Amino acid sequence: MERAECLEQIYSELDDKLVVTIMGACAQELYDLGHRENFFYLQHAMGLASSIGLGLALHLPEERVVVLDGDGSVLMNLGTLTTLARYQPKNLIHIIFDNGSLLSTGGFESQTTSGITDLAAIARGAGIEHVHTAETLLDFGEAMIESLETDDLSVIVAKVDAVGPDNYGMDFQLPENAFRFRRCILDKKSS
Amino acid sequence: MTVSYDNSRLIFEGIKAAGIRSISALPETWLGLLLQRADDDPEVDLIQVAKEEEAIGVAAGAYFAGEPHVLLMQNHGFLAAINGIVSLAQLYGIPLCMLIAVRGHWGEPYPWHTRGGIVTEEVLRSLGIPFEYARDPGKVAKQIREAHTFSESSLSPVALLLTRDLMEED
Repeated sequence: MERAECLEQIYSELDDKLVVTIMGACAQELYDLGHRENFFYLQHAMGLASSIGLGLALHLPEERVVVLDGDGSVLMNLGTLTTLARYQPKNLIHIIFDNGSLLSTGGFESQTTSGITDLAAIARGAGIEHVHTAETLLDFGEAMIESLETDDLSVIVAKVDAVGPDNYGMDFQLPENAFRFRRCILDKKSS
Repeated sequence: MTVSYDNSRLIFEGIKAAGIRSISALPETWLGLLLQRADDDPEVDLIQVAKEEEAIGVAAGAYFAGEPHVLLMQNHGFLAAINGIVSLAQLYGIPLCMLIAVRGHWGEPYPWHTRGGIVTEEVLRSLGIPFEYARDPGKVAKQIREAHTFSESSLSPVALLLTRDLMEED
């Protein structure tokens, strides 16, 4: 299973959600499906996508928030799973694409490569109740549907191949993405 | 020496008077009474993180949501949060109003705080983060309001340093 296929499968569902994605390949693949004003691309600060998602979810209880994370990023901020569990935002879906690789920084193996470390088990151990592991596109689609139907915090660990896009680039600057993302949220709030 | 009950109250009241109802924090001794008040106040959302760098993300989320926010941390927590400050807040132009307890400076009896205390000001300078010291209980509410205003107008991290003079009493 490839991450790009997973993103393609859920892309239409992201239309009315606030989406925070991690850097590199994941950001680019989402962007390549078509940028939307409700997408924020965290191109650095590895580990903090889920923390941004938590801040959004707690302050915008009427919105659904989807975080697109990766094994390398989550491993840099494992504490985030405990903070998510503690505050349990019902409107947050945390998707972790586990490709067992630091793909965007040269493809070095991550701590999950061997299969010894189980991020889903870590999420459960942190105290998150709804945790899914997806090995196939069918699993992933079902996990996403279930998460959308569950009025509770969900984590989906999707096992994907360590592949990414051939070309990188976006037609806006990083602060511009932040300004427009905020504007989109404030417009939603006032409408 | 004990943590000042009255000044902790003044700081909390200053945060609320600045229109802030969202606080992220990692507990530390000087901030204890302040966090207790935040936790007990139904008007205030207190989000306690496991490590201070998480709070930079939470603060960014609050900012995107249009919610005035303040971060409470010890200076060692500030040091632990630097990559988030640089590569999220400064990179994207996201304001942070940080109230930082400056341990390990003049009068510090505990050796373990001292190295962090000695480098805090120079690290703030080298990161280009504007800062002020809060020493006078009569001025701290105004300083909090001004720190928050400046962070939002400059789209930058701003630090108000909570000193021993303010946080401790005999």
